[in-house]
Amino acid sequence: MNDLTQAPVRDPAYNFAYLDEQTKRMIRRALLKAVAIPGYQVPFGGREMPLPYGWGTGGMQLTAAILGADDVLKVIDQGADDTTNAVSIRRFFARTAGVATTESTPEASVIQTRHRIPETSLQADQIMVYQVPNPEPLRFIEPSETETRTMHALNDYGVMHVKLYEDIATFGHIATSYAYPVMVDERYVMDPSPIPKFDNPKLDMSPALMLFGAGREKRLYAVPPFTRVTSLDFEDHPFEVQKWQESCAICGSHESFLDELIIDDAGTQRFVCSDTWYCAQRVEQQENNQ
Amino acid sequence: MNPSLIKEQPMSVPVEPLLQVRDLTLLYGLEKGCQGVSFDLYPGEVLGIVGESGSGKSTLLSLLSGRLPPQRGSIGYRGKDGEWLDLYSASEAERRTLLRTEWGFVEQNPRDGLRMGVSAGANIGERLMAQGVRNYKELRGAGLDWLSQVEIDPLRIDDLPRTFSGGMQQRLQIARNLVSSPRLVFMDEPTGGLDVSVQARLLDLLRGLVRELDLAVVIVTHDLAVARLLADRLMVMRRSHVVETGLTDQILDDPQHPYSQLLVSSVLQP
Repeated sequence: MNDLTQAPVRDPAYNFAYLDEQTKRMIRRALLKAVAIPGYQVPFGGREMPLPYGWGTGGMQLTAAILGADDVLKVIDQGADDTTNAVSIRRFFARTAGVATTESTPEASVIQTRHRIPETSLQADQIMVYQVPNPEPLRFIEPSETETRTMHALNDYGVMHVKLYEDIATFGHIATSYAYPVMVDERYVMDPSPIPKFDNPKLDMSPALMLFGAGREKRLYAVPPFTRVTSLDFEDHPFEVQKWQESCAICGSHESFLDELIIDDAGTQRFVCSDTWYCAQRVEQQENNQ
Repeated sequence: MNPSLIKEQPMSVPVEPLLQVRDLTLLYGLEKGCQGVSFDLYPGEVLGIVGESGSGKSTLLSLLSGRLPPQRGSIGYRGKDGEWLDLYSASEAERRTLLRTEWGFVEQNPRDGLRMGVSAGANIGERLMAQGVRNYKELRGAGLDWLSQVEIDPLRIDDLPRTFSGGMQQRLQIARNLVSSPRLVFMDEPTGGLDVSVQARLLDLLRGLVRELDLAVVIVTHDLAVARLLADRLMVMRRSHVVETGLTDQILDDPQHPYSQLLVSSVLQP
C-alpha cells in the first residue's frame, strides 16, 4: 500500500502545522491534563482555523499540536479517505507541515477522524483524533453550563439514563445510534463524538491514545490507552451494536459497518463498507488469493 | 384536625425532631428576607408558613431546602440512619443527594419542577435512575403506579408534560418528588395558579398522601384555606419576622398577634 503514501512538499510560508508554537504549546498543556483525567472536558483557547466550524476545526487544532515531522497522517470522514473533508484536511497538513499522508490504517501514526473508528484494529503507537461537534453529553437535558459542570464534578449522572429511558419508551429499544454516551474509567460520562455506537466497543481498552477536540465549543478530552470505556444501558435493555442482514457489496464483509446506498430511482439498495481502506484492502487480498 | 403527631406517641418513646432550625437569617435589606427563625419539625408533621407577599416565606423555604446559604443560623437534619447533618456545613454533594432522595421540593410553577422535554414516565423515573435503578421494567412499573396514585390516567405515561393541564402537571410534579419515598417535602404554594375545583382535588390528594406516607411537610402558602386543610401547625410571618406560631386551629380561630388577626379577618367568606 506504499503507493498511497504521498511525497510531502512543505510550504515554508506557514509555521510548521499552521498554528504558531505558543498555541500548540497551550493545546499540548490542555492535552496533558485531559490524558491525566480520562473523559474530563478541558477548556482550551480555540483558534480560528481557515475553514468553518463544524468542518473539523477542533480535531485539526489537536492534530496540529501533536504532529511531528516524521508522523504519517491519515484523515477519514465517515470512514472514507476520499471525501472532500478528508482530502482537504490531508492536503492542508501535507502543505503546512510537510508530513507524509496515507490512506493505510496500520501505516498511519496519527488518524484524524470524523464519525468513525477504522475497522482495522489500532496499535499502541497510534493516536486517534476525533472531531467533536458537541462535547457535553448532558447538554440535551441541562442547558446550563454551570449546572453540567457541577453534575460532572459531583458524579451526578442520573439524568443520562433519562435519555435512554425515553428511547425505550418511544421505540421499544435504545434507538440512540450515534454519540452514544459512555462512562470512562468509571468516573466521567463522555460523548464519544458522533461515532456510531457500532464503534463504542473499540474505545474500551484500546491500545491507541484517543483525543477529542471540539473547535466551536473550545473543549478537548481524551481516553488514554487501556482505559475502561463502558456504554450506558439498562439491565433489561443491554447495550447492543448495529447488525446487518446484508454483507458488503464490494468486499463481502460481514463484520464491518455498512453504509446503505440507493442506486436508482426504484429505490434499489446496496450496502458497502463505510471504511473505504478496509474494503479496498480486502478486495486486493481476495484478488491476490485468486 | 390532628394536632401534631407527637402527642399520639407513647410517652416512653421520645420522638426526635427531623429538622432543627435555629436563628435562621438572610436579609436582603431592612426587614427584607427572613430573620431569627427557629423551630423543630417532627416526622409526619405538616408545618404551614403563611404571610403576605414579601414577608419572607419563600426566602425561608429556599434556606430550609438547602438552595440558599443563610447569613446566620443553622439547620440540622436527622437522616434515615439517625445521624444529624448540619445542612450548610455539609458538602454540596451531600446536600444534592439529600435533595433527590430523602427530600422533595414541589415548585409553585410545575414547569420549574418538571423536565418539560421528556415524558411523564421519565420525569417520575428520574430520581430512581439517579439513585442507581438500572432496570427499565422497574422504572416503568414505578411510573405507572405513581401516575395512578396521583390520579393521572396511566395511559398517558409516554406523553410530554406540556400536553397536560396545569393541575395534572402539578400532580405529576408531586409524583416525581414522592417516588423516592422522601421523608420531608417542601412545597411552595402548590395550589397557586389553579382554579378552585382543581385546587380542592389537589388538596384532597395531598392530604391523603401526606397521611398515608407519614411525610413531614413544610408548606408555604398565602391561602389560609389551604393551611387549614393541610397544616398541623402554622407560622405567621410578617416583614421577615415570625410573629406567631401555634396549632393551625388555634391560630385561625383565636389569633393573638394583631397581624394574624388582620390576616384571618381579611379572608373573604363566600
